[in-house]
Amino acid sequence: MTTNTFPALSLVPKADGPQTAKDFKSDQEVRWCPGCGDYAILSAVQSFLPDLGVARENIVFVSGIGCSSRFPYYLDTFGLHSIHGRAPAIATGLASSRPDLSVWVITGDGDALSIGGNHLIHALRRNVNLKILLFNNRIYGLTKGQYSPTSEQGKITKSTPEGSLDYSFNPVSLALGAEATFVARTIDSDRKHLTEVLTAAAAHEGTALIEIYQNCNIFNDGAWDPLKDSDTRDDAMMRLVHGQPIRFGKDMQFGVTRAADGHIEVVEVSSAGEGAIIRHDAHAKDPGLAFALSRLANPRTLQNTPIGVFRDVQRPSYDRLLREQVASVTEKKGKGDLQSLLNGNDTWNVS
Amino acid sequence: MTKQVVKLSRVVIRFAGDSGDGMQLTGDRFTSETAGLGNDLSTLPDFPAEIRAPAGTLPGVSAFQLHFADHHIMTPGDAPNVLVAMNPAALKANLKDLPRGADLIVNTDEFTKRNLEKVGYPANPIDDGSLDAYNVHAVALTSMTVEALKGYAVSKKDAERAKNMYALGLLCWLYNRPSQGTLDFLRSKFAKNPDIMNANIAAYEAGWSFGETTEAFSVQYEIAPASMPAGLYRNITGNPALSLGLIAASEISGLPLFLGSYPITPASDILHELSKHKNFGVMTFQAEDEIAGIGAALGAAYGGALAVTTTSGPGVALKSEAIGLAVSLELPLLIIDVQRGGPSTGLPTKTEQSDLLQAMFGRNGEAPVAIVAPQSPSDCFFAAIEAARIAVEYRTPVFILSDGSLANGSEPWLVPDAASLPTFEPNFATGPNHTADDGTEEFWPYLRDPETLARPWAIPGTKGLEHRIGGIEKADGIGTISYDADNHDKMVRLRQAKIDAIARTIPDITVDDPSGLARVLILGWGSTYGPISAACRLVRTAEGSVAQAHIRHLNPFPSNLGEILRAYDKVVVPEMNLGQLALLLRAKYLVDVISYNQVRGMPFKSDELAGVITDVLENL
Repeated sequence: MTTNTFPALSLVPKADGPQTAKDFKSDQEVRWCPGCGDYAILSAVQSFLPDLGVARENIVFVSGIGCSSRFPYYLDTFGLHSIHGRAPAIATGLASSRPDLSVWVITGDGDALSIGGNHLIHALRRNVNLKILLFNNRIYGLTKGQYSPTSEQGKITKSTPEGSLDYSFNPVSLALGAEATFVARTIDSDRKHLTEVLTAAAAHEGTALIEIYQNCNIFNDGAWDPLKDSDTRDDAMMRLVHGQPIRFGKDMQFGVTRAADGHIEVVEVSSAGEGAIIRHDAHAKDPGLAFALSRLANPRTLQNTPIGVFRDVQRPSYDRLLREQVASVTEKKGKGDLQSLLNGNDTWNVS
Repeated sequence: MTKQVVKLSRVVIRFAGDSGDGMQLTGDRFTSETAGLGNDLSTLPDFPAEIRAPAGTLPGVSAFQLHFADHHIMTPGDAPNVLVAMNPAALKANLKDLPRGADLIVNTDEFTKRNLEKVGYPANPIDDGSLDAYNVHAVALTSMTVEALKGYAVSKKDAERAKNMYALGLLCWLYNRPSQGTLDFLRSKFAKNPDIMNANIAAYEAGWSFGETTEAFSVQYEIAPASMPAGLYRNITGNPALSLGLIAASEISGLPLFLGSYPITPASDILHELSKHKNFGVMTFQAEDEIAGIGAALGAAYGGALAVTTTSGPGVALKSEAIGLAVSLELPLLIIDVQRGGPSTGLPTKTEQSDLLQAMFGRNGEAPVAIVAPQSPSDCFFAAIEAARIAVEYRTPVFILSDGSLANGSEPWLVPDAASLPTFEPNFATGPNHTADDGTEEFWPYLRDPETLARPWAIPGTKGLEHRIGGIEKADGIGTISYDADNHDKMVRLRQAKIDAIARTIPDITVDDPSGLARVLILGWGSTYGPISAACRLVRTAEGSVAQAHIRHLNPFPSNLGEILRAYDKVVVPEMNLGQLALLLRAKYLVDVISYNQVRGMPFKSDELAGVITDVLENL
């Protein structure tokens, strides 16, 4: 692939020659627990990055705090492991001031949705040229097993021995509500799908939020099993493909239709008829369908969980607008002259 | 009628009125005309945090004090010679500061029964003899303005609103100020509304004419220009001066300027000012909160920008964790704290110096940062350049501690020659800096410059320098994660040693002691420079010997500070806090300094300070 595949990276210098996954492996020993879902994501990202075709030194991974946020140490790019929840803010300053960089944020459900919730929603509404990978394992790992903002209500954890009381966030719904221009969901164990989603995100100009269902085998093992077990996954999970009818199931027996009252629901295609099945439109200006799809899943059983790109629309990125504003003011006023600025408009002479 | 002209050496005027009366604008215009005449001057706006408190109430009073003279002055003045009170609330709030015999100009139209009751005056003070100690000029400013604007195409309300221009015209006549600048200003400000423009101009001119013709004012005053070093001057306020300093630092170093900021009083004007100058390549980012403001700035610093975050004390509290990260990452970053009264929300529009210890120690772990404090409004310009130099050369966060009185106060400024400003270089890392045992060329992000102890600034996009850094402790040199005990001890000491090393590049502190005989040193920092200098001048005029020194670099201190402290029998440290610098001096130098403190939200008065100094001299 060449950078032409990624118009969003048009200002990022191209790599001198072909790159391989090995080029993106750092010399640091990976320190996640054996069996952690993060390994699969790391491997997929290392294999995917060469596809961008951009110079390795122009790629930056910024992370917050948490297990997932150790990610940048294991990639041989520029990397910044910051403080809890603030990675989107830090990456916003970097991406806004450096259009020649491809900037990625690595975060988790606690980092992005609890302590860093404010920065996440504002990065999304501004549409800064960032790709945010949100590893969702529905638990706090690094602090050893407290419930997270995506944990199901009633969850028994160290901090909630009688069950958690709060309702959970749905990261995709949240992102859509925050005016995100690109929102997707994928799964750590599905390397092909993960790579497809990363590719689509990289091509998008502006902020992309990619929720990655990731397994914490120590504190919340099996959280996503209904979507992973070969017996259950096909009937539980629908793959969204732009322009295609939304159908799923072992025999593609289920589909999504719009009911008379306007809400969408999962039906048996045989009874509803093929013509009633909605086609997915990720480019729709109105986020209504994307939002409705994000609400289909049962948060407890994970039945009817969509994965894929929910929304992918064009809106000028914040950093582009920032550059254009600086350029247009400079064109209008002329390049600033320091002495004139110091003098100001109201001077007098003392002789 | 011919009026007597009296020459004065200096005058302090205070304009006081309702928040909606336009007192700040009136003060600004009078200041501008005064600056143009060549008087030395110093100003102090004093306004409430509320935008428009209920009209006519004490909380709604807004004031602007201006001190101008035919000689060099240091402060906005202790007490006004003239108070312009636009309503009873303004009179009540400000009368306590007015010395007996001072001129008092009151707008009688506003002294209605209802307005008097609002502020608890049982009777009209203009009539009841309670103002007998003052030289009262009772002027019906509102009704005379309305009368003067008859025939102009403005509503009665708009005519009444022009009363501040009527008052300005009267005061400009009284003190013989030129009019042209104000008339030009009004033409430009109301260019899109000619009716309002004409009304304001007419009100100004009517006020001037009233002064000339009325018998209420028998004397006109003249204040000759001050003798000042030759050159081109402008009037400048602290926040704009700081903004210009940041732009100058960006131009000098060739680093693009990036500001990440969240609006907060009294720092917001820096964000406003920098936003106007995008043609210098300035990037301003209004963040979602204080943390994002500094976060974005730190991200931009990582990318090679001259990065700045601006705030006040409450914002610093929120930014603390990110400042700690900047200390750990060892990246250049300017944190501008325009101090205000605290704790918590405190006194948003008032001044204080109570964030010194927060800047010094307000982080987890051993997290030293450099601190620079400007001493006057125009000095904010040079302090910004100096702070940027330290940040870039030492790859460290640097605090600039300004405060509300510097931010909003103004003074004449001998405009510097841009070409003669101090320069500094970013010196980005460009290639490997270490050879591995097997001969491979590597890049070590924490390999230090032996002189400065600064680490390389290796920005993304530089081939071969890919590296990972973060807030976790790093191994000395190679910069990889390290939990090793000896390494952590070494890194903590190295970070401190780097900040200490800055002292080698800062000038020795100088002492001003004209007599050469002083046994008492007055030592200050920040905005107290003006009042302390004026107080020392008063003491010396009365034949007292006193030495003065002022600290610009609060961390690290100048290398000779301990020696200076020990050279005097007594050291007095006046501060607008409960003794924060005094605490640092005592801890570091074991010198028993005398701490003199006020936390009233207002600058020190120089005669009070002079009294404090005199007491110390008398008890030697």
